[in-house]
Amino acid sequence: MRETNMKKILISLLFLLFGTSVYADCNIKSGSINILANDFPALRTFVETAKGCKGNADFKVTHSSEHNKIAVPALTANPSEFSARIAANSSIVPLMNQDLIRPLDDLVKKYGKGIQDSQLITIDGKIMAVAFMANTQHLYYREDVLKELGIAIPKTYEEVVAASEKIRASGKMQYPYAAAYKAGWNLAEEFVNMYIGHGGEFFKAGTAQPSINNAKGVATLNMLKKLAGLSNPDYLTHDSEAIKVEWESGNVALMTLWASRSGTLLDDDGDAKITAATKLTGPATVAGGNIPAATLWWDGFTLAKNRSDADAEATFRALAHAAANKKMVADAADQAVWLIEGFKPGPKSIGVIEAVKMKAKPYPMLPQMGLMHGALGSEIVEFLQGKESAEQALKDVEAAYMSKAKEQGFL
Amino acid sequence: MGIKSPLITLMPNKTFFWFFLPTGLAMILFIGLPIISTGIQSFYAQHDQVVKEVKKCDPFGCTVSIVVDQEKTSKIREEKPLGKFNGFGTYVDRNHLAIEEIGKFWNETNSFGEFVDQVTNLPFYKALIFTLTYCLFVTPNVLLLGFIIALSLNAVTRRIRGPLIFGTILPMIVTPLVGSLVLFWMIDAEGIIGANLQMLMDDPYLSLKSSKTLTWITIIIYGIWHHSPFAFVVFYAALQTVPQEPVEAAIIDGASRWQRVRHIVLPHIYPVVTFVALISLMDNFRVFEPIIGFSAEGSAQSLSWLIYDNLVNEEVILFGSAAATSMMTIVGIAILLAPVLIRTWKEFRTAR
Amino acid sequence: MEYGLDKRSNALKIFNTTFIIVWLLVACFPFIWTFWGSFKVRADFFSRADWWYAITAFNTLLETGGKFTTDAYSQAWTEGEFWKASRNTVIVTFFVVTISLFLGTLGAYALSRSTRNYAFWILIAALIFRAMPHITLVSGYLFPFFQLQIWGILPTTIVVLVAINQPFTLWLLYSFFKTVPKELDESALIDGCSYFQAFRHIIMPVMWPGVITAGLFSLMLAYNDFTVTALLLNQENHTMVPKIQSYLGTNQHEGNLMWAVSAVVSATAPLFMLVMFFQRQVISGLTAGAVKG
Repeated sequence: MRETNMKKILISLLFLLFGTSVYADCNIKSGSINILANDFPALRTFVETAKGCKGNADFKVTHSSEHNKIAVPALTANPSEFSARIAANSSIVPLMNQDLIRPLDDLVKKYGKGIQDSQLITIDGKIMAVAFMANTQHLYYREDVLKELGIAIPKTYEEVVAASEKIRASGKMQYPYAAAYKAGWNLAEEFVNMYIGHGGEFFKAGTAQPSINNAKGVATLNMLKKLAGLSNPDYLTHDSEAIKVEWESGNVALMTLWASRSGTLLDDDGDAKITAATKLTGPATVAGGNIPAATLWWDGFTLAKNRSDADAEATFRALAHAAANKKMVADAADQAVWLIEGFKPGPKSIGVIEAVKMKAKPYPMLPQMGLMHGALGSEIVEFLQGKESAEQALKDVEAAYMSKAKEQGFL
Repeated sequence: MGIKSPLITLMPNKTFFWFFLPTGLAMILFIGLPIISTGIQSFYAQHDQVVKEVKKCDPFGCTVSIVVDQEKTSKIREEKPLGKFNGFGTYVDRNHLAIEEIGKFWNETNSFGEFVDQVTNLPFYKALIFTLTYCLFVTPNVLLLGFIIALSLNAVTRRIRGPLIFGTILPMIVTPLVGSLVLFWMIDAEGIIGANLQMLMDDPYLSLKSSKTLTWITIIIYGIWHHSPFAFVVFYAALQTVPQEPVEAAIIDGASRWQRVRHIVLPHIYPVVTFVALISLMDNFRVFEPIIGFSAEGSAQSLSWLIYDNLVNEEVILFGSAAATSMMTIVGIAILLAPVLIRTWKEFRTAR
Repeated sequence: MEYGLDKRSNALKIFNTTFIIVWLLVACFPFIWTFWGSFKVRADFFSRADWWYAITAFNTLLETGGKFTTDAYSQAWTEGEFWKASRNTVIVTFFVVTISLFLGTLGAYALSRSTRNYAFWILIAALIFRAMPHITLVSGYLFPFFQLQIWGILPTTIVVLVAINQPFTLWLLYSFFKTVPKELDESALIDGCSYFQAFRHIIMPVMWPGVITAGLFSLMLAYNDFTVTALLLNQENHTMVPKIQSYLGTNQHEGNLMWAVSAVVSATAPLFMLVMFFQRQVISGLTAGAVKG
C-alpha cells in the first residue's frame, strides 16, 4: 500500500518536472490495447479520447453493430482478441455468466484517479466495470398541442392515455401517441419498463423461475394495448428511428423514446415550429406507482480476463483517462448523458436526470434476463394484435422462456 | 469413334483426388466439419448453472440479486466442455417440435380447428407455415415470371437488349440490406407506393404493414421481385440454345405460338428449369432478409429468422437451439429437394 | 432465337412491349427512387409527412439552399471512411472470385469426367452443404478463429467466402463441363497429354463463357455478403456492406441514413459497369451451359 503511494508521489513529481504533456499522454510504456464496442458517436468520442493517451501502447478498436455476437467467443479465446469490451447493463451479463471479465479493484486503486465512486459497477464487492454514460426512455411532448387543448403535462401513463384520447377527439391528430413497439427487442423493452412501473418482479426471488403471469403482467399488457391503440397502426414495425420521424413530421404529440435520441429532435434541422414545441420530461409512472415505468441504462467498460496483466493495465489506464475526462465531457456534452465528473446536464438530459431523481430502476442485470427479454419480444405480439388473451400471451412467454432457460441450464 | 478405352471414360481415382482436393478440402473444413459440429452441439444443453444471491451496485443504486456462481460451475464446465447431453431434448422442446405440447393440445382441445390454432401458436410451426407459404408462392412465380420476361426480351431487337437486360437484373444486384430499407419506406402509408395504393384502393387507412395478410403478401411480392432476375438470366441463356429447325417446321405446320412454347421450347430447356427450381426452392426455404428489412417480425417469422433470433437477438446466445433449427432446416430442404435428387440419380445412372 | 418465319400479330407486339415496359418500371423504380433520393436530405427522402417532399425537396432547400445536395456522398466517403471499405471490398471480391474459379473449375471438371458413384454423392453433399444457413456456420467459426488468432483479417474472410460459395460454383460449372463433349479431352489424352494438360489447354479455352458466369455469381456473393463480413472482420478491414450497416444506427442511437443511401448508390455503380461489360459473355456463357438437355 505504502509502496504504491510512494510511486504515485514519485510519478506526480515526475509529471511536474516534465510538465506539458501530462494531460494528453498517460505515459503508458508498453502493452497492447484492443477495444470492442458498439457503434455510435458517443462511444466513438470515448474511445478516441482513450486513444489520445495510448502512449507507446499498440491501440486498436472495433466498433461493430454485431458486437454482442462477437463478444463472447472473442473473450473466451485465450488470449482474448480484445483487451476491453464496452458493455451495457444487459450485455455485461453474458460476460459475467461465462466468467470472461476481470475484477478491476487493484487497477482502480492504482490508476483510477478522477473516476467517481458512483461510476463503479460492483458485483459481490468486486468492481467489474466502470460506467461513463447513462440512458433511459422518457416522455416527449408537444407543448403547443397540449397548451391549445388545455392538457397538463402527463405524469402517468393513465394521463398519457387520457391526453392522447383528447387530442384524437379534437381531430388534430389521428394517432397522437408513439413508442418503439417493433416486435422483438423493442417491444420487449416496453413491456419490461411498464411491468417494472407496475412494481412487478420477473422471477421468483433468488431463482430463475419466471413469475410474470400475474395481475401485474395482465395490467401491463392491457396498458400497452391501450397505448398501441392510440399509435399508428403500423406500430409493430416502428423502431426508435421510425417514431422519431413520425415526431418530426408532426404526426405525434406524445412519445416515449430514448434520451440518447433527443439530439436530432432538438437541433436546427427540420420543421422549426415542431422543434420549438418539442419538450422533454421525465418518464411516466403507471397504476399509481411511485417508480417510473422506465429502466435506466449505463454504458461502461470491462476488461477481458484472458489477456495479460500488462495489456489489462495499459487498457485500463487509457480507458480510465477517458472515463474521468472533464474536457471530453464538456466538449461532447451533447452526445450523451455522461456520468463523469464535470458534466453539466443540458436540456437534452432532462429525461435521464428526472428518471434518476424519481428513483427509476436500472435494467435488471440478471444472468437469465436476456432469455426473458427474447421470449417477451415475440410472444406478446399476438395479444396486441388481438388474437389471444393476456393470460394466454403471458403463459406463452413463460413457456418460451422455460425452454430456453432449460437449454441454458438455469432451470 | 465407337471404341472408348476404359481408362478414359473413367477418370482414375488418383487424378480425381488431386483435381478435387482443393475444393473438397475447403468445403470439408468450412462447411462439412461445422455441420458435424453443429449437429453434435444440437444434442447438448448447457450445464446446470449454480446461482447465488449477491449485492450489485451501479450508478443508480444497489440491489440484491443473483449471479452465476463461477467457482461451482467452472469445475463442471472444464470436465465436460460440450455441456450436458440432452439427446433430442432441444429438438422436441416447446420452441422447436414441441411434441409434448402438441400431445397435450390434442387431448385438451374440443375441435380440430382449436387444435390447429394452438399448434400454429407455437413458434416453430408458426415459422414453418410462413416458410412453406413463401416457398409455395414465390418459387413457381419466380419461374413463371422469369420465363415470361425471358420470352419477351428475346423477341426484342438485339440492339436495345443490353440495357434492358441490365435493368431487368437490377433487383438482384442491389444490396438487400438497404434495398429493403428503401422499399420499407416506399410502402409506408405516407411513402410513395403506400400513399398511391391508398388512393388507388380508395381507402385512406390502408397500410401494408399493419395487417398480417398484407405483410405476408408484401414479403412474397418482394421475394418474387428479388428472385425473378436470377431465373430470367438462366432462362434467357437457355432460350438462345433452342434449335431453329423444329420451330420453323412447327410454324409451317401452323402451330400457334403457345403450342411452340409448350411442345418445343419448354421440353428443350427442361433441365435448366429443374436447376433454377432447385436453387430457388432452397433459397426461398431459407428466407429471412426481407423479414428483417421490412421489420415484419411481428407478423412473419421463418425458420431462418428463428435461427437468427437465437444467435443474434438475445444477449445470451442460444447456440444449441440455433443448431437444432439449422439441422431441421437442412432436413427440410433435403425433403423438399428429394424428388429432384432422385431424378438426378436416375439420370446419372443412365448417363454412364 | 428470333423466329424468322414468324409473322407476329400487332396485338402480340403491343402486348410484348407493354409487358417489358411495365416490368422494367417495376424492376428499376426502387433503385431510381434511391438514386434520386440520395441527393436529398434525410427529412425529405425518409419523410413520413408526405412523399412529395422527396420530389419538391422542401427540406433540402431549407437545409442546404439547393434542390440537390451531394453532402451525403462527400461525408460518407470521407468522414464515414467509405473509401477504406471500398478498398477492402475490391480486395475481397478480387480474391474470392479468382480462388473460387480456380478451385471450382478443377473440382467441377473432375466431377464431370468421373462416372463413379462417389461423384454423384459428392454433388449431393455439396447441395446439402449449401442448405446450411450461413449465420449458423459463421457463429461456429467465431471461437476457433479467435483461438487461432486469425479473426478479423481479410484472408480468413476470403477463404470462408470461397468455401461457402463452392457448392454453387461446383454445380454451375459441373453443368457447363457436362456440355463440353468428352471426345475433346479424350483425343488429347490419347495424344499423350496428362489430365491437367488436357484441362488447361483443351477444355479451359472452350469453357471461358462458363467461367465468366460462375465468376459473376461469386462476385455478387462476395460483394453483397453481410453475415460473413460483419462477423469475421475487424473495423480496419470492414467491407462495404458492414460499413453501410454501421451507418444505419442502433436502437438507442441515431445513425446517418443518408450516408447509407449514398453508399448503396456508390456501391451499385461499379456493379452496373461490370454487368454491362460482362453481359454478353454471361449470356453466351450460360448458353453453353444450358445445352445439356
